[in-house]
Amino acid sequence: MNMGVNWPGIWAIFHHEMMRFFRTIMQSLLSPVLSTMLYFVVFGAAIGGRIQSVEGVAYGAFIVPGLMMLTVLQQAVSNASFGIYFPKFSGTIYEYLVSPVGWIEVTLGFVGAAAAKAMLIAMMILLTSFFFVDLHILHPFWMLGFLFLTSVGFSLLGFIIGLWAKSFEQLQLVPMMVIMPLVFLGGAFYSANMLPPFWEAVAKLNPVLYLISGFRWAFFGMADVPVGVSLLAVGVMIAICLGIIRWIFATGWRLRE
Amino acid sequence: MTGIIEIDHLSKQYGSGTKALSDVSLTINEGEIIALLGPNGAGKTTLISIICGLVVPTGGTVRVGGHDIRTDWRAARRMIGLVPQEIALEPFEKVINSVRFTRGLYGEGPDDAYIEQVLRSLALWDKRDAATKELSGGMKRRVLIAKALAHRPKVLFLDEPTAGVDVALRREMWQVVEQLRRDGVTIILTTHYLEEAEEMADRVGVINHGQLLLVKPTAELMDEFGKKTLTIELDEPLPEIPAALADRDLSLTEGGKALRYDYDTRAERTGIARLLGDLAAHGITVRDVSTRQSNLEEVFMTLVTETQDEVTA
Repeated sequence: MNMGVNWPGIWAIFHHEMMRFFRTIMQSLLSPVLSTMLYFVVFGAAIGGRIQSVEGVAYGAFIVPGLMMLTVLQQAVSNASFGIYFPKFSGTIYEYLVSPVGWIEVTLGFVGAAAAKAMLIAMMILLTSFFFVDLHILHPFWMLGFLFLTSVGFSLLGFIIGLWAKSFEQLQLVPMMVIMPLVFLGGAFYSANMLPPFWEAVAKLNPVLYLISGFRWAFFGMADVPVGVSLLAVGVMIAICLGIIRWIFATGWRLRE
Repeated sequence: MTGIIEIDHLSKQYGSGTKALSDVSLTINEGEIIALLGPNGAGKTTLISIICGLVVPTGGTVRVGGHDIRTDWRAARRMIGLVPQEIALEPFEKVINSVRFTRGLYGEGPDDAYIEQVLRSLALWDKRDAATKELSGGMKRRVLIAKALAHRPKVLFLDEPTAGVDVALRREMWQVVEQLRRDGVTIILTTHYLEEAEEMADRVGVINHGQLLLVKPTAELMDEFGKKTLTIELDEPLPEIPAALADRDLSLTEGGKALRYDYDTRAERTGIARLLGDLAAHGITVRDVSTRQSNLEEVFMTLVTETQDEVTA
């Protein structure tokens, strides 16, 4: 008997979560693609026509990394938070607490699935954007690396939100009140360098700025902050989230109450 | 002999100060069915929840198949299946996928042949592709049992398996348990339907106020605490109990056509022979006699009242 990590347990959770995604494949994929097309129409065509280019990159192409990040953050947080909140809501959470899966297996299963869904949708947006703008990715592997780390980081955050939430209202609240403003103020549609010095300093307090900046660097080789700092930011975020999740499972807070 | 579950001085005190369980020790043998009886809030579910890993004890140890539930929890939990009191299922999931999922959680690879066998034995095979929300209450409960059996547990916990279930379904559940017993699964069930414990259990443990008051083989418990009623059918109806028999614990029933006599099987003399002799001496002809044993409900009430008297004394 394998007494180490319960791999079939991780796979069971991952597969279970992915099946939910595929049951609603059309709305899972179609709605982000549709909203991305709208962003291209509004920001790319209507406004972009007046902006021309940002630091040598056509505005339509410039917003692609930001759009992908916006979707990844939303999808990662909502998928992971809903994934773990739903068993709490329906009462099936007991299964995770009585079976031979620890916090590592449960986290890997739920967060892995949420991150995978977020990445899949991001790739769909990337494919869609090729139809609208002329896009060359300078560092494709770094692009995938940032995509992966960001998906994992925000899925972990969503997982914590789902563990914390006691109602569907709370589940919606954090993404609405926190994630969206952070993304819009994190330079999804502009470069932080375009802001006045004071606001540029304020913007740099926003962790999402570092992610979008790093991601944009992978596309175009330009960044608001050094790439190393972006990597460090996402690494620190992942570490903090893992620490919190471990604490939640060790104490049973909002899990065994 | 060591049991499949060894509970040693187990205690649970909640943060609020409520003592849910105090110093419970119990050994459960492989292959037996043990019923934990007690009123609501007695500590039955707390005991089950600790063994299964839902609640952390404040004192004592539990070993399942020799594995400590705290230090060797993975091995201990692999041996256990839990059917919870509340029906909790993902509404849109297919029955068979739900069972497969649980099997995976327990670290087991796919085994569709076994899952088919489980679903068939619970009369769920025809419903394997139905979403759980489409099922009746009884079927949902059977799905929970199927899930609990998905990894071939050695020990099955049934927490109030027939709470809020109609009579027909209760009978059906008993048959399922009987089948599991034949398959060699050790079963621990909690109930406050005493009939259920009497019907199914090899042994009965009585819990009240977080204490295990006693554990006895069901038949022994019935013998020990059981009051019996002797019904004597008479040839000719009696208008009243003859004065000579007034000091006996007798009552007239069925419009004077029968005499009812309550006696204690624990007593040295039941007084039956003397009573029958006296009836003959008074020219009362007996047509038939029958006895009825009190059920566990009455036994339980006696027991709980006795312990309460001891506590207050």
